[in-house]
Amino acid sequence: MKVKVEVRGLQLPGARPGAAVEAAYEYADFDLPEQELFLPGHGLCASCTIGVIARHMLKVLGPDTIVVNPTGCAEVSTVTYPRTNWAVPWIHVAFGNGGSVASGIEAAIKVLKRRGVIDPNRKINVVVFAGDGGTADIGFQALSGMLERRHRVIYVMYDNEGYMNTGIQRSGTTPLFASATTSPAGKKIPGNLTHKKPMALIAAAHGIPYSATANPAYLPDMLEKFRKAAEIDGPSFIHVLQSCQPGWRFEPKYAIKVLELATETGYWVNYEIEDGKFRITVTVPRRKPVECFLKLQGRFKHLGKEEIAFLQKVIDEDVKRLNEMAGGEFIGPLDPEAKC
Amino acid sequence: MTLQLELGKVRQKRIALTGNHAVALAAKMARVEVIAAYPITPQTPAVERLAEFVNNGELDAEYIPVEGEHSALSAVVGASAMGARVFTATSSQGLGFMYEILPIAVGLRLPVVMGIATRAYSAPINVWGDYSDVMSMRELGWIIYMVSNVQEAFDTTIQAFRVGEDPSVHLPVAVAYDGFWISHVLQPLEVPEDEEDVMRYAPITRSWRKLDVDNPASLGAVGTPEWYFEIRYAAYKALEDSIKVVLEADALYGKMFGRSYGLGSGYKLEDADVAIVTYGSIYGLARKAVDALRAEGIRAGALKIRLLRPWPADFLRRRLDGVDKVVVVDRAFNHGGLVGPVATELAATLARPIYSAYATIGMRATDSAALKKAAERVAKGEVEPMRPFNIGLRGP
Repeated sequence: MKVKVEVRGLQLPGARPGAAVEAAYEYADFDLPEQELFLPGHGLCASCTIGVIARHMLKVLGPDTIVVNPTGCAEVSTVTYPRTNWAVPWIHVAFGNGGSVASGIEAAIKVLKRRGVIDPNRKINVVVFAGDGGTADIGFQALSGMLERRHRVIYVMYDNEGYMNTGIQRSGTTPLFASATTSPAGKKIPGNLTHKKPMALIAAAHGIPYSATANPAYLPDMLEKFRKAAEIDGPSFIHVLQSCQPGWRFEPKYAIKVLELATETGYWVNYEIEDGKFRITVTVPRRKPVECFLKLQGRFKHLGKEEIAFLQKVIDEDVKRLNEMAGGEFIGPLDPEAKC
Repeated sequence: MTLQLELGKVRQKRIALTGNHAVALAAKMARVEVIAAYPITPQTPAVERLAEFVNNGELDAEYIPVEGEHSALSAVVGASAMGARVFTATSSQGLGFMYEILPIAVGLRLPVVMGIATRAYSAPINVWGDYSDVMSMRELGWIIYMVSNVQEAFDTTIQAFRVGEDPSVHLPVAVAYDGFWISHVLQPLEVPEDEEDVMRYAPITRSWRKLDVDNPASLGAVGTPEWYFEIRYAAYKALEDSIKVVLEADALYGKMFGRSYGLGSGYKLEDADVAIVTYGSIYGLARKAVDALRAEGIRAGALKIRLLRPWPADFLRRRLDGVDKVVVVDRAFNHGGLVGPVATELAATLARPIYSAYATIGMRATDSAALKKAAERVAKGEVEPMRPFNIGLRGP
């Protein structure tokens, strides 16, 4: 079913109109507020999609939101004393403790409501906005503790697949064969040799009420996931793929295009796990070859036919597994002839 | 803030508690709002008792049983940033695990209160009490108390909330008490009967900068070389100036509850030729040693340092300038340094050579006779100044 995608006030450069037209279900009609809570004038790179995620996240969550922003690209690029790009309360404490700082804030809100310091009827969202390093690596323990203790915190992980802020080092979510400065494409070893951590599945394994993946190129799907997370009484986790021009090395105009191809090739599947029920939220009738996703990016340019074939096999298997979990072929078969 | 002081009207009762349980009771009577802690010997009974208070409905607080000390301090930093009165406690490796967050609580100017049941650092792993943990956090900007008995641990924990939350301070405060020799020793103490009296003494000011949806601010910004110096200097200066608030809070506590401690205490220093300077529970042994020395005609005195940070330089000069030979019994190694950690600072403070001894390392037992012998050796010129010697070390 085709759904007309119209989101008011949205002008994403590079976004193809109707990018998410092949979604399997009807998206909620989002009436996004005009009010900007993530303000312009930040220092994010040209074509960085962190801003797209942060801005829309806050449009959904609204002004009664407290942002915990562990160390990373978003943090260093948005709050340099005495300036800030956040019109909501924001805090940075350290790199590996987003989950625990948010736990403390959420606990404080609960007790301060009981003691009458904060209006008990006021709903205040606590959101962690953390990168992949701050979530999947150094912040993993704090995240796990926060999920296990069931704090009402929305954890949004923006995943640019590496330590981009410190100069493109590999992380626990850097994909197989990607070249990074600590996993360089060498004569002997073709880049990163590990697989991406499936953070949304790991989060869901804690038995939390809501865990999802999202992709800013499929904006209504991402917005719907922020909305669901905000309504949940308990922890929620959203793993958002975020394109990074200097790290992935694509032409800046392809920031959204490369994200679309991530989903169109099955490299990135948008799904959610709500109360234990797994569902693929953006279907792909026929998959494009992974090469379409790879060839836009300099970090994969060293790959030969053999590595690309291997990556394709990995994706085929991942897709098969996710389809099995969803109970149907929501991500379709590979179309080797498809145009990129 | 005006306090209606009705002297002698604060009703107190005499009970017996261990140091850990006294510190927990103090935090409870100060009505902490968020506690986050991770178990570590010898701190554990303190946080167990707080969990009991919460789960029995005696304390309306949120208790976060975190997955490690890095998260314990991070969670109370988050809660404090939200405006709550917070408490945590740890020891040794746990403090080491928190280390990254210690200076951040200072830079964010959050009045976190932390109990430290002191313990040696690994390796070899040693769960027993010395002061190597506390000595490793001196330069980070916390107010640090070192107490000598269970009563003082209780009283100081309550004072810590008043001092840290004072609008001119807004700094985290650590209350260090000897692992086992205070944390696990049952001692009699007086505690207020009514929590209201504690809250009159230490009302929650909530005067620090907070996360507030009605008044959004960004806390923990990047501080470039253009600004970092000024921002960090403000915290540095606040710590230096907090000594006034420490004294005022202690004096007010004395008026209300009948006990005050100052920046430290001296014993028979007035005419002393030799002084034993130390901290923590062994101050009692030092006083016994002084009495024994005096019985033999050696004019000895003792001094204990209660406030490690801010360093009470004037107090120490006042008490020790007239004493010929000063020996510091340090309870943590200053690896690779000239003399013990406190001896280093005291020598600089007095601007003259002093004597430095190491004792109770890894909780090696000591007694007043050992301290007496050490002071005797100093008095008789058998040890060199500014060259550490050991009390109770086996071997050559």
